[in-house]
Amino acid sequence: MSLDYVKFSPGFESFMPKEYRDMVEHGPFGKKTTVSQMGNFKEILEEHPMCAGCAMTLFIRLAIVAFPNPEDTITVGTAGCGRLAISQAAIPFVYGNYGDQNGVASGLSRGLRIRFGDKPKDVVVMAGDGGTADIGFQQVLHSWFRRERFTTIMLDNEVYGNTGGQESGMTTRGAVLKMAPLGKKFEKMDMVAMAKIAGCAYIATVVPNNPRRVESCIKKAVLIAREVGPTYIQAYTSCNIEYAIPTDQVMADAKAVEDDRYKFAEYVSEDAKAYLSERYGYKEFAQKPVAAITNV
Amino acid sequence: MSDPVIIGTKNKKGQIITDPRIMMNEAPRTPSFFTGSEVIKEAVRRANVDVMVAYPITPQSEAAALCGELFAEGYIGDYFRGESEFAVMSQCAGAAFGGARVFTTTAGPGTMRAMENFPMWAGSRLPIQCIVTCRGINSPLSIQPDTIEIAYLMNTGMLVWHAETAQDFYDWILKGYVVSEEPDVHLPLALCCDGFFVTHTKDVVDLTPVDMCLPPYDPYRSPVPCMDMECPPVRMMRDPFVMKSNYISYATHASWQQEVWAAAERSRKHTIAWLDGLIEIEDGDAAVLIISSGTAVSQGREAIRLLADEGVRVGLVKVKTLRPWPEEELREATKHASHIIVPEFNVIGWMAKEIKATIPRSERVVAGPRVCGGMTLPPEVIVEEVKKAIGMRSGVLAGRGG
Repeated sequence: MSLDYVKFSPGFESFMPKEYRDMVEHGPFGKKTTVSQMGNFKEILEEHPMCAGCAMTLFIRLAIVAFPNPEDTITVGTAGCGRLAISQAAIPFVYGNYGDQNGVASGLSRGLRIRFGDKPKDVVVMAGDGGTADIGFQQVLHSWFRRERFTTIMLDNEVYGNTGGQESGMTTRGAVLKMAPLGKKFEKMDMVAMAKIAGCAYIATVVPNNPRRVESCIKKAVLIAREVGPTYIQAYTSCNIEYAIPTDQVMADAKAVEDDRYKFAEYVSEDAKAYLSERYGYKEFAQKPVAAITNV
Repeated sequence: MSDPVIIGTKNKKGQIITDPRIMMNEAPRTPSFFTGSEVIKEAVRRANVDVMVAYPITPQSEAAALCGELFAEGYIGDYFRGESEFAVMSQCAGAAFGGARVFTTTAGPGTMRAMENFPMWAGSRLPIQCIVTCRGINSPLSIQPDTIEIAYLMNTGMLVWHAETAQDFYDWILKGYVVSEEPDVHLPLALCCDGFFVTHTKDVVDLTPVDMCLPPYDPYRSPVPCMDMECPPVRMMRDPFVMKSNYISYATHASWQQEVWAAAERSRKHTIAWLDGLIEIEDGDAAVLIISSGTAVSQGREAIRLLADEGVRVGLVKVKTLRPWPEEELREATKHASHIIVPEFNVIGWMAKEIKATIPRSERVVAGPRVCGGMTLPPEVIVEEVKKAIGMRSGVLAGRGG
């Protein structure tokens, strides 16, 4: 985006709603904002209709703050709680059909590349566990196999929250939920393993109670997706309503789940490491100098 | 479409970007002997398409694969095979959201599998062109010609045109982009033909010069923002209407749905100009008329010739566009008709139902003859239906019972 678009047309300043003026004057467009500055700038996602104590909302806020170029980022999603928040962000959100977010993102990413060439236009999918692992499974996996260059983020609350608490493929075994009256009969789907098999160049599992880690993962995932290949982030974003987690216990639950089954894990392909190191100066992925060959 | 700045310049393939009026109406034409599938390829070659997504399903597979050759030759910006028709149509939507000109093809069960996308395309005002080479839908399984899927497409909010011949098909693919990308239309187009009859038979088609192409799509002429972050940052929705149970929410949805259908109505003036009317009439003063669309029209023509040999005068109305529906035109064309015969290639008779709902004294409409499941529609069957309608004796056709 030309940042001129963010400025007001001369003479219109006083007529714009305050919220819009704040976005132009104090928003993150064209600046390098970080999660540690939250509260000191106008966020792209601010007001939302999500439930009190919703961990998913916190995660989405963190993720959007972490976008490396919000002024050139388009989000894609599908039905689910997350959509209710993302669709109110000050960047475009594309909603297609139920579970087709990775198909839409494939086309969008390709269409934008045709039109804008090398100028980065970041496409980021944010969809729930049902949207990603159940109804959208085929399109998710195929977009990875095709090595489509965009980021997929699963907002994993381990339940269909928006429709009132039904079992999903990402629900843990034994959980009693709607449509699983005797408890879920099979294990939580291992989407991380599938992402790896399908060729994702970057994969991470995170929980929202470590904002800097979330920021770091999102940034890497979006940057790698620009050129190297598909990237996948799976975030535990509990549903405090359907799992009856007291509002003041949501972060403690995230910590407990992190320790139990959602340990931070990160996979970076060798191509992605080289790309991050060479293009964006990530020192941790810089190739170690080959030991000097000593004369014999 | 006709931005004077780019007219006369060349596209990436070296084709001259040409004013569509000159390209379609004035440029010299070269007669070529092609199958319908090859005609699709030749039209797309000249359409400056950015993205095509393909998936195999008979009888459109050949056309979809031929477009892959166009991509390999550099005429299409991007091309790939999706994993199902539903995925393909979603991928098309994504590319169109990003401001690309998009082309795809499907048929029969593929159309049905993709169906969730079509109202979404219309509601999102994506001017995607989808070729529909009609065939039977299950069950029982049939891959043969049958137009039943058009009945579903007509209620999606898309523009729906029904080509009779390969020549129609060639011209309408190119003209279709011109109409559907107009800012006051900006809707997807389902360009239908009868599978096999059009796709797999050879015909002489007059092609426009290969070094001329349509102007590229300009996404900033869209009535809704292009999702490319080249527009000011706005909150696309202040409140997600879907979750609200209040009058404003309902009214917003209602008015947008009405706007989609109003956009289809607004396409009339463009379509009439480009297709030379929404219907075509031959001998419209005849008391008996055959009205239909697609290859049923061709069979109607043959029946009219046979009837003329017996001294029976029958006129013909070819319906070119089903959405927008030529309501006024059909009322006028049928004003003096005593009998209206509607031959169709589907079991439900959607064309006859549409006509009955349009004209006064609908008892004049004979909803048939109809064939389905891949059966052919011999002109003799139409002749028999006409004779029966006007009280003439006719020989019983073999195999139809006593």
